[in-house]
Amino acid sequence: MKDRYDVVVVGAGPAGSMTAKTAANAGLDVLLIEKRQQIGDPVRCAEGVNKTYLKEYIKPDPAWISAEVKGSKIYAPDGAMVEMSEEISGAEVGYVLERKVFDRALARDAALAGAEVMVKTRATGLLMEDGFVKGIKAEHMDEKYNIRADIVVGADGVESKVGRWAGIDTTLKPKDISTCAQYLMTDIDIDADFCEFYVGHKIAPLGYIWVFPKGNNMANVGIGITGHMSGELRAKDLLDDFVQKRYPGGKVIEFIVGGVPVCGTIERTVANGLMLVGDAARQSDPVTGGGIFNSMWAGDIAGKVAANAIKHSDVSAEFLQEYETKWRAGLGRDLDMSLVVKKRFTRLTDDELNTLGHSLEGIDLGDTTLIGLLWALFKANKKLLWDLRGIFKGIKEIEMEASVEVNS
Amino acid sequence: MTVKVNRFKCGYCGACVSVCPPGALELIETWIEVDETCTDCGICAKICPVGALEVPK
Repeated sequence: MKDRYDVVVVGAGPAGSMTAKTAANAGLDVLLIEKRQQIGDPVRCAEGVNKTYLKEYIKPDPAWISAEVKGSKIYAPDGAMVEMSEEISGAEVGYVLERKVFDRALARDAALAGAEVMVKTRATGLLMEDGFVKGIKAEHMDEKYNIRADIVVGADGVESKVGRWAGIDTTLKPKDISTCAQYLMTDIDIDADFCEFYVGHKIAPLGYIWVFPKGNNMANVGIGITGHMSGELRAKDLLDDFVQKRYPGGKVIEFIVGGVPVCGTIERTVANGLMLVGDAARQSDPVTGGGIFNSMWAGDIAGKVAANAIKHSDVSAEFLQEYETKWRAGLGRDLDMSLVVKKRFTRLTDDELNTLGHSLEGIDLGDTTLIGLLWALFKANKKLLWDLRGIFKGIKEIEMEASVEVNS
Repeated sequence: MTVKVNRFKCGYCGACVSVCPPGALELIETWIEVDETCTDCGICAKICPVGALEVPK
């Protein structure tokens, strides 16, 4: 470890590793720190990711792909099922990852690009001078260090402190976090080609249960509920109820827990000498909780903007605004849309969810996106989902595409 | 008084850290530390997926 770098990245998840890799590839002197002694472990994730998007940033490797799926099946409280798949072409739409291996591969990519990586190294504060972040205070093996950097990138996950230290309030309210528990189960009867989702206030209040195949009759069986619904019954209690009913003979070979930001976009993610990426920037999807690709996409932008800022010797918030503007223009719009959807769906009763489920039952929606699914639901249930009409405006192409799929 | 963490239940996910208004909690490898800024508000205890946190009465 040196005492100064161009960029210090705090946290070696997909957001941090991607930022470090991109910045190092651009010729910057980069340090990537991870507070745990093992990158990627314990996992806090259902591990599902869109295959097409992911390929933009990393070459698929069987070492970190547990399973490939053809689509999703969403179950309403009464069992009505909506299917999204591409049966005709047999295209596989998603991967279920082995995050322990995947996260390490991304960190390795960053290292091979030239970044220095330090594990078991925790940021404990920021070095501040004249209103600029100038590096971090860190601890490694019970020793304290001051590490100077022109730019600090906070990729420190749901429990992020980097933003708070720089004056950005990233505190989540109970309604803004999905509190999750998951078993890796084996010896269970699952459909290996589909990710399954179960919704309903009784089984998963303001959240959902997921069953994601992991290969060889294994699956990630998990639940996420919105924080303010947790208390008397917690994520683990509700998961146990589901598992007992659905997979009575199944065996649990791993247990994990986690919190996922579902708040939508926050006010700002840059300050003088600082950027936030991934869960630290609350870039996970408010409806699905998915954030792997979002993190990598934002990390790639952050790395490029860091390189540009160093080149121009300007790391002010004004210059770093380029990152903020770019991620909001793409990902930010998706998150805003998801938040509108979340707000409507959280007010639906189980009976209304059943109505929605039955409206599309037996129709294969094809390999559609979330917006495609929503459009199909909207068309069939305009009265119930009238609040969502705004999100379809100006997306004529998607409307047409979706209507073709629904009508075919 | 500060919130009590049952380390035999805790799954060290850090969810509690993210909701703590004063930032009194910190996840360090496999355990949660609580500092003196804790106000006993109980938000962390409410959202914990396994019920590992308890506000002393």
